[in-house]
Amino acid sequence: MEALAKEIGIPEGEYREIVRRLGREPNRVELLLFKVMWSEHCAYKNSRPLLKALPKEGEAVLQGPGENAGVVRIGEGWAVAFKIESHNHPSAVEPFQGAATGVGGILRDILSMGARPIALLDSLRFGPPEGRSRYLLKGVVSGISFYGNAIGVPTVGGDLYFHEGYRENPLVNAMALGLLREEHLRRSRASLDRPIYYAGAKTGRDGIGGAAFASRELKEEKEEDRPAVQVGDPFLGKLLMEATLEAIALDLVEGVQDMGAAGLTSSLSELAHKSGLGVELHLDLVPTREKGMTPEELLLSESQERMVLVPKEGKEEALEAVFRRWGLDCVPVARTIPERVFRVLFRGEVVAEVPTEALAEAPTYVRVGREDPEVRRVRETPIPPLEADPQEVLRRLLASPNLASREAVYERYDHQVGTRTALLPGRGDAAVLWIKGTRLGVAAKVDQNPRYSRLHPRLGAMHALAEACRNVSVVGAKPLAYTDGLNLGSPETPEGYHELQETIAGLKEASEALGVPVVSGNVSLYNESGGRRIPPTAMVGVVGILEVDKRAEMGFRRPGEVLLLLGEERGELGASEVLYLLTGKEFGHPPRLDLGREKAVQEAIRDLIALGFTRTAHDVAEGGLLVALAEMTFPYGVGATVEVREGSLEALFGEAPSRVLFTVEKARLQEATLLLEERGLPYRVLGETGGKTLTVLTPGGVLEWSLEELLSAWKAPLREVLDG
Amino acid sequence: MRWAIVRFPGANCDEDARFALKKAGLRAEYVWHTERDLRGFDGVFLPGGFSYGDYLRAGALAAKSPVMEAVRRFAEEGRYVVGVCNGFQILTEAGLLPGALLANLNLHFTCKEVGVRVERNDLPFTRLYPRGQVLRLPIAHGEGRYYADPETLARLEGEGLVVFRYAPLKGEADYNPNGSLNDIAGITNERGNVLGMMPHPERAVDEVLGNTDGLPFFLGLAVEVAR
Repeated sequence: MEALAKEIGIPEGEYREIVRRLGREPNRVELLLFKVMWSEHCAYKNSRPLLKALPKEGEAVLQGPGENAGVVRIGEGWAVAFKIESHNHPSAVEPFQGAATGVGGILRDILSMGARPIALLDSLRFGPPEGRSRYLLKGVVSGISFYGNAIGVPTVGGDLYFHEGYRENPLVNAMALGLLREEHLRRSRASLDRPIYYAGAKTGRDGIGGAAFASRELKEEKEEDRPAVQVGDPFLGKLLMEATLEAIALDLVEGVQDMGAAGLTSSLSELAHKSGLGVELHLDLVPTREKGMTPEELLLSESQERMVLVPKEGKEEALEAVFRRWGLDCVPVARTIPERVFRVLFRGEVVAEVPTEALAEAPTYVRVGREDPEVRRVRETPIPPLEADPQEVLRRLLASPNLASREAVYERYDHQVGTRTALLPGRGDAAVLWIKGTRLGVAAKVDQNPRYSRLHPRLGAMHALAEACRNVSVVGAKPLAYTDGLNLGSPETPEGYHELQETIAGLKEASEALGVPVVSGNVSLYNESGGRRIPPTAMVGVVGILEVDKRAEMGFRRPGEVLLLLGEERGELGASEVLYLLTGKEFGHPPRLDLGREKAVQEAIRDLIALGFTRTAHDVAEGGLLVALAEMTFPYGVGATVEVREGSLEALFGEAPSRVLFTVEKARLQEATLLLEERGLPYRVLGETGGKTLTVLTPGGVLEWSLEELLSAWKAPLREVLDG
Repeated sequence: MRWAIVRFPGANCDEDARFALKKAGLRAEYVWHTERDLRGFDGVFLPGGFSYGDYLRAGALAAKSPVMEAVRRFAEEGRYVVGVCNGFQILTEAGLLPGALLANLNLHFTCKEVGVRVERNDLPFTRLYPRGQVLRLPIAHGEGRYYADPETLARLEGEGLVVFRYAPLKGEADYNPNGSLNDIAGITNERGNVLGMMPHPERAVDEVLGNTDGLPFFLGLAVEVAR
């Protein structure tokens, strides 16, 4: 067995630990169970000790990390479940199915909490949009569109960056939100001596090896090459979703768990472990779509669209009837038992029996990290004097891959099904979903800047959370909690581990300062090839709450409104888009972030919106002031004339956090500025909305663009990438 | 008025249809796809989505479902049948409306707001719109390109059966989002009681959704009660 352990990549130390915990040598099946359950993907061996430091408590938190998704209370008896999850590796191999099953998987996580999925957001990272990266982008967008549109959950937002660091390792993270009544909250729990039902699609050989297990091992046995990428079926997914929600609404189930990575093994052993019980699984009862499947295959298959349900006592038949009506399998395959073991029977024989705790509590690693000296060198490289014509720079920035319009992408997603989408993509800095039957709205945004994170992992993570919260605030919503999708390189190098440590430390710092806890998340490590790590990428998805009638959009709607900048006028050039545009390089120190100021700015804009001073607000982000102004002219084709005190690149295109542009009616200008003065916040009246141009008066002269030329520069590039 | 909303497995605009019908003050109830009896209803709504996964062709399997026999009789009795998006595809597959809906010319799913001109306002569905009004309505489909052979097309135009046509909102030249022949977005039958359309009026019925152009569509159905 030790030889087999070595062959399938279980480290010697872990093998000894397995033997110690069992008090004997594992058999072959048991060894494979440990292999998948102790994979980084399932066990968070490297990240768990670090993640403990993150704040998880909050007034609104109903369920923190550790379940299938986090849940926050939003009022009037309603709650929102949400989580982000990665599907990076499958998407790199087969972008369409990789992305599609990523969407399916996160939706089942939400469903497991008893929530109806109401929105999807996608956080995508690719190499520059050409060659294979372009092929991957097109495949991923099609896959998301294929699954999300058909299952009828709107894709309402996300973020998309192109960066050299993702050329070999694209990132595909999907975030979902679900809506539930507080009393319908379900967890992965079962009481003693209850039947455990398997529901949904039949089990096949697809996806075996998905949870990072050596597929080579199986191939030799079966002499067959099975793809490790699973295949998604949104139609089955839709039926499973409706049947599960119906069963919960009828109060037929006490526990729900989705079957994701490591299939039956993970879902049943974790359900038992969390319940403080054991489970006896009869593999012969598992519905299969292929003949002659072995115990290993049945245990490890990652066939999609499957759930585990524990009926309430006496509700077994009613549960079966619900699923029968939806044309789905729903059969008891296991039972909870008092001995805390995961016992597997196949053809009348026990083929594996392992303590549930031994499987669930994988060993963890604490390592020593060290900053990559190359990263420090690039960060400390001084910014040379730059000469450029701002007239030209704005057009080029708007057409650059990271700033160009995302319309060509989101147009392929149904972003309205469900009739809850109160802010369409492109209309605001965050998506807003209406909780029908109430005046409540839920805002959501996912964010992260790879340039900042690569050059300064800790500061980059802080920026990610700060910006996602800012985006949620500028639509008028108060951030309640966040989910974090951590995507990094291998933790086994000191440099990679350092980035993991720093990323989590940055999240902790920003989380504490902004008062926003984490409720769920995902960690994807080993995103590197040929020794090149991806930029440390903490995709932060923030959920906030607002009165839906008091939501702000980003576009200028009416001429004659006063335009103000809340925050400092000047930005920085380090790690900025304009620096990259002009030099073709990414270097320098990312913008400083004062979290106290950030919090005050977010509160101020929320109050300005809630008090009715403004309905138009926009975060000044990548590309700086002029890009933000241009973006505000696009939705309604209303221009603006502004005056700036400095015509430097820093002032026009420099980047800095804690800045928001907003408009106020002239009659209410004084009241609005008084509010800012009382709080000691810097602001400046920039100018006025109106006209068909963006006109900027600088000490050095007048800059002017027609809205049309800016709009076409901004809209065309990504459309060409996707449609061409 | 009591409306039935058919729930096909894979339909996903059923809840939105109910929301819009109720907003207009109509009674709306779900009817399962295996139902064979629609007695007691005044109208049937076939919602959008991916019925039966849209396997084979969009709407092809749903057209053969048990409930469609009842819908056919229902239509023959002169009662109202509305199909939106996948519902329109089902109506053409079932032969209740002529023509077919082919893959969009851009070959991908497209979700956006488009201009839709009201060509007839002598029908319950459109009676509250001025004729010629250009509505702003959402579309969300991959197969919405209306196609019919030249004779059928000539008959549709000759008999005035085109109810909705794509039209520019702000003078844009590329206003036809999918390549539909004659810019056709929605049609009715000779009797004027069966309507199929690709745009989604049910997604445009509330200020919160940023669009109320679809509300008169449903209110028009409710006027029938008062008459």
